[in-house]
Amino acid sequence: METVAMDHLAIGAFVLFGIAFVVLVVWVSNLLSPKGVDTPDRLEPYECGSEPVGPPWVQFRVGYYVYALLFVVFDIETVFLYPWAVVYGQMGVFILVEMVIFITILAAGLGYAWKEGALRWR
Amino acid sequence: MSPALATIVKLLSIIALMLTNGVFMIYLLRKVLGHLHIRLGPMHVGPHGLLQTMNDVIKLLTKEDLTPRIADKALFYLAPMIVFVPSFMAYLALPFSDTLKATSLETGLLFTFAALSVVPIGILLAGWSSGNKWGLLGGMRSAAMQIAYEVPLLLSVLPIVMISGTADLGGIVDAQAGTWLAVVPRWFITNPLLWPTFIIFVISSLIEANQTPFDMSEGESELVGGFGTDYSAMKFGLVYLSEFSNTFVISALGVTLFFGGWLVPWLPMSWYDAVPVLAPTVFILKTYLGIVLMWWIRGTYPRVRIDQLMDLGWKRLIPAALVMIVLTGVVDKLIVPLFTGAVS
Repeated sequence: METVAMDHLAIGAFVLFGIAFVVLVVWVSNLLSPKGVDTPDRLEPYECGSEPVGPPWVQFRVGYYVYALLFVVFDIETVFLYPWAVVYGQMGVFILVEMVIFITILAAGLGYAWKEGALRWR
Repeated sequence: MSPALATIVKLLSIIALMLTNGVFMIYLLRKVLGHLHIRLGPMHVGPHGLLQTMNDVIKLLTKEDLTPRIADKALFYLAPMIVFVPSFMAYLALPFSDTLKATSLETGLLFTFAALSVVPIGILLAGWSSGNKWGLLGGMRSAAMQIAYEVPLLLSVLPIVMISGTADLGGIVDAQAGTWLAVVPRWFITNPLLWPTFIIFVISSLIEANQTPFDMSEGESELVGGFGTDYSAMKFGLVYLSEFSNTFVISALGVTLFFGGWLVPWLPMSWYDAVPVLAPTVFILKTYLGIVLMWWIRGTYPRVRIDQLMDLGWKRLIPAALVMIVLTGVVDKLIVPLFTGAVS
């Protein structure tokens, strides 16, 4: 129990240290680096030397929007499979039957999305 | 040693490892890719260009840090952090030896994947916030890549969790100790049932590590610099440090899952206690072999298109991974007991 608490504390410590490291490195780099004079051209985004036309946040077709919706479902389903896989070895054949049913439903969903044309880049 | 002090030691040794890896891997990448292209790679700074990367670090530190005028300033500063911190945390669960690991989380495998899957969000933010059209396209591609690889990657390692009965990376290594018939080491790569799993894992981990058949978020021949076009100085350096570090972590995961982690075949367990540096050395050597293999693929194959990548992920890898889970279960619970006579 003690080590589990320490492990989770270590995760928190790592997050804080990581943030501090990034701040420190960027700060040191800013101390060491020269500061040029800002002309209007210098701060333009780099588009191979020509002046940018229009705003940078252009609208374009996100070809993978339907994939993204499916991805959310499948990602969560996959995480559900992990607890099952961990206890799998300790249980009988029954746990296998259960999971075959679960995976069949998952595969049926994927097959349906495929047939309906959701898995097509457009 | 008090727990707080132990945590600080772990923190410092992992950041040191990450920085050393970064510096060394960049040199190695240039040399490996150079020799694959039949050229020499860096040769001038130091013997055989050994100090070239050190030189580059100094250069990155002293370069001016430019922010485009129309960039989203807050996100532009936040993005390198969101990329760097999770890839730093991905080292937490890696077992360098029986005792040398930052934590022994029971969910170590899932934790590592969770940490690595935050990185593309940071890359998307980096691309979007820099106010650059190349960056925006690169960031959106990075999101598309995450959608393509993450589910197959998570599914492909499930058979290993089933066989070893734990998601703790240290436990998975322990499950690979010993030999089959006193000859073949019990590494999971020697189990033919797991070979398709290994192929799925390798393909999805190449996408995860942004290696060249799947590097369309950066794609310098089509998107200039992709998500990092307008990043300069150390913000750029941090993003690329975490790219290299992710390659190391994903290769280390492959070594842990399939190649017995820090184990040496046929070596009695007492040796690891007698020579404490043996296990970490073996682990890091194996990891570097995996990295060189990834770069070999990188130097050999052309980039795929993003819709081909989606097809690969969703129409090939995910169904294959689902089949492998069921097949592993059936073989393990129904067919193997037929031979051993232990039907449960």
